[in-house]
Amino acid sequence: MKKIVIPLVLIGLVILSAISFLTSKNTEVTKLAVLKEQFDKKNVQHVDHTQFAELKKKFTSPQQVTEACIVCHNGRAQEIMQSNHWNWERAEYVKGRGIVYLGKRNAINNFCIGTEGNEMSCAKCHVGYGMSNSKTFNYNDESNIDCLVCHDNSETYAKAQEKGGAPDPNIDLTNIAQHVGKPKRTNCGVCHFFGGGGNNVKHGDLEKSMFEPAKSVDVHMGTDGMNLQCVDCHKTENHMISGKMYSLSSMNRNRALCEDCHTESPHDDAILNKHTLKVACQTCHIPIYAKVNATKIAWDWSTAGKLKDGKPYEEDDAEGNHTFLSIKGNFTWGKNLKPDYVWFNGTAGHYLLGDKVADTTKPLVLNPLYGSYNDVDSKIIPVKIHRAKQPFDPVNKILIQPKLYAEKVGEGALWKDFNWETASEVGMKDVNLPFSGKISFIKTEMYWPVNHMVSSKENTVKCNECHTRENSRLAGLNDFYMPARDFSPVIETAGKAVLLFSFLLVLAHGGFRIFSSRKMKKKG
Amino acid sequence: MKQKAYIYRSFERFWHWMQALSIFFLAATGFEIHGSFTFFGYQNAVKYHNVAAYTFIILIVFAIFWHFTTGEWKQYLPTTKHLKAQINFYLIGIFQNAPHPTKKTVLSKLNPLQKLTYLGLKILVIPTMVISGLLYMFYRYPQKGTIEGLNIGTIEVIALFHTAAAFLLMAFVIVHLYLITTGATITSNLKAMITGYEELEAHEAPENEDLKNEKNEVEV
Ligand code: HEM
Repeated sequence: MKKIVIPLVLIGLVILSAISFLTSKNTEVTKLAVLKEQFDKKNVQHVDHTQFAELKKKFTSPQQVTEACIVCHNGRAQEIMQSNHWNWERAEYVKGRGIVYLGKRNAINNFCIGTEGNEMSCAKCHVGYGMSNSKTFNYNDESNIDCLVCHDNSETYAKAQEKGGAPDPNIDLTNIAQHVGKPKRTNCGVCHFFGGGGNNVKHGDLEKSMFEPAKSVDVHMGTDGMNLQCVDCHKTENHMISGKMYSLSSMNRNRALCEDCHTESPHDDAILNKHTLKVACQTCHIPIYAKVNATKIAWDWSTAGKLKDGKPYEEDDAEGNHTFLSIKGNFTWGKNLKPDYVWFNGTAGHYLLGDKVADTTKPLVLNPLYGSYNDVDSKIIPVKIHRAKQPFDPVNKILIQPKLYAEKVGEGALWKDFNWETASEVGMKDVNLPFSGKISFIKTEMYWPVNHMVSSKENTVKCNECHTRENSRLAGLNDFYMPARDFSPVIETAGKAVLLFSFLLVLAHGGFRIFSSRKMKKKG
Repeated sequence: MKQKAYIYRSFERFWHWMQALSIFFLAATGFEIHGSFTFFGYQNAVKYHNVAAYTFIILIVFAIFWHFTTGEWKQYLPTTKHLKAQINFYLIGIFQNAPHPTKKTVLSKLNPLQKLTYLGLKILVIPTMVISGLLYMFYRYPQKGTIEGLNIGTIEVIALFHTAAAFLLMAFVIVHLYLITTGATITSNLKAMITGYEELEAHEAPENEDLKNEKNEVEV
């Protein structure tokens, strides 16, 4: 009997352990259900702004609307005036620099390069009116706050082109003032989807298809799904909006993280949960970006200024994306892109106006994202890398801030006069920097973390898209050991040699045995 | 004269075949995890490898217990006696139909080379596999300054030990499979591990009460 019992017990144990491993606990579904329930509560308007006498008058200027808002919402203007949406800068600690006031007023990017001197055009996306010059703009005048661009719920508000942030003169301010509320995707999107001067130029994961996205484009915002609004995740308290882009921020603070809702261990599978220590959610859950419309991946300023018959011209690709504009140069676009991947600990560096560039042999990264495998705060994140060739003063060794926009010909603006020399000269003078008169074009890169266009669970990155010898998505990150991708060449070669040797030995020995036994049979 | 002897008791056979199965399965899933080929799918391979690893460990725990309670562990005590003769047998004698230089008996069923090899497996290769495997399962990346039980910066060293031992184990399996055929007849070793019985020289028949009883029990 005894000897039947032991194997039986053993088999029982084995089956039990197998069952406990293979049955999933299914907490994932419950957690998601709780979240869905929480976000399913429709946002009800608590007040009806059409009823307020204050808003029933005929507004003739947008400032009058702001003043009307402030009558009831007192103190709110002060909150806005603390924000970077208003100031276009914020105090940030930057590694190697200390505390700096960082923002659109002193950082340089590799799209339209910089706002300085070009505010009439750029300030279309400022939450204020009348910013024709960011140095002389009165940041203390609360009547210039543009409440409506964020709070218009009538979807009729629009800012005018090249008017320093002023609204389109044809809109009905009274109607808009009576239909205000919590910001919707349309409010955020009018600026954030069009950064860089066109749809999806900058981000790649934020573009006009996100106004009304399908769930297949973004699992959170899908109108056929949870239909989340930007501010559902970018939680906002006293006009301080959580989350930011590392083109203009440096510190690991005030981030809007997936974990805020989903926790750091959202999966049923313990091995997947273990990944979250080193791998950001986005890395697996955003397999591709620019799913609907293409995004700009390269910009060559060196061809800007080229004219046809003395006139500016444009060239488009089959999908209608500009591939050349006389005012901006050549572009490359990409759609359904696989992100690049970097280590990121939430801190970044920045090229600021006037910084000397020591090494022009490799591309200059304008916003290096910091992090490494050994850094406990770092995780692997997906990024879009935007590459450019942009103007540079080879004598002073600084990037050039050209004058791009002016109202009239003859003020030196590149977009009117198509002359790099005068545009650089006027532009650099505007920012009080020297210009040698020489212009070259150097390669630069910007890293744009990809956080939106989250795919559904079924479409996440599969294990073996990273854990594989060839074409691993993480092929570029080589400061750690990753199963399947990595191996020790010594052990691999020695191991295979030992296996081969054993096999040949056995084959030879066996062959010889057969041979000699036949011989002996013949003899015997 | 030859006589049927009961040399592998039921637990030992059960253990042997379960171990064989586990190792094949661990190797198949393990080398998929290693990136050598694709078969189960990566996520499944990892899942199955973990389940099989636990099976294997449970089996090992029972086997250790069995080895010590039955005294069978003594079978693996290394000896240099007849070692040379055994090597000579595999190199020369086996091709001339020479008899095995060591007599297989119930109390000494392993030849000196087997003793050495199995001992090596039991105290080196398998422990390396199990320990590195468990570390592989339970390591934690260093956390943000908080105290954790098992903070290991990188799995690289663990993985390399695990992989190296896996190669060795596979080499053993290849040779082991072949050596099955080198018994008294081509299949006598295999039959013995399946049925428990093997024809041994009569004068060394078992005098072990315990075994005799078991044998009777089987025949009842
Ligand atoms: C109790 C025994 C074992 C345990 C606990 C164990 C555990 C593990 C674990 C946790 C992994 C990593 C999987 C992952 O990434 O999640 C692994 C990988 C692996 N295992 Fe095992 N294993 C055991 C036995 C074996 C055996 C017997 C073999 C082969 C004969 C084997 C071959 C491998 C191989 C080749 C890898 C891939 C290593 C690499 O490339 O990094 N394992 N094992």
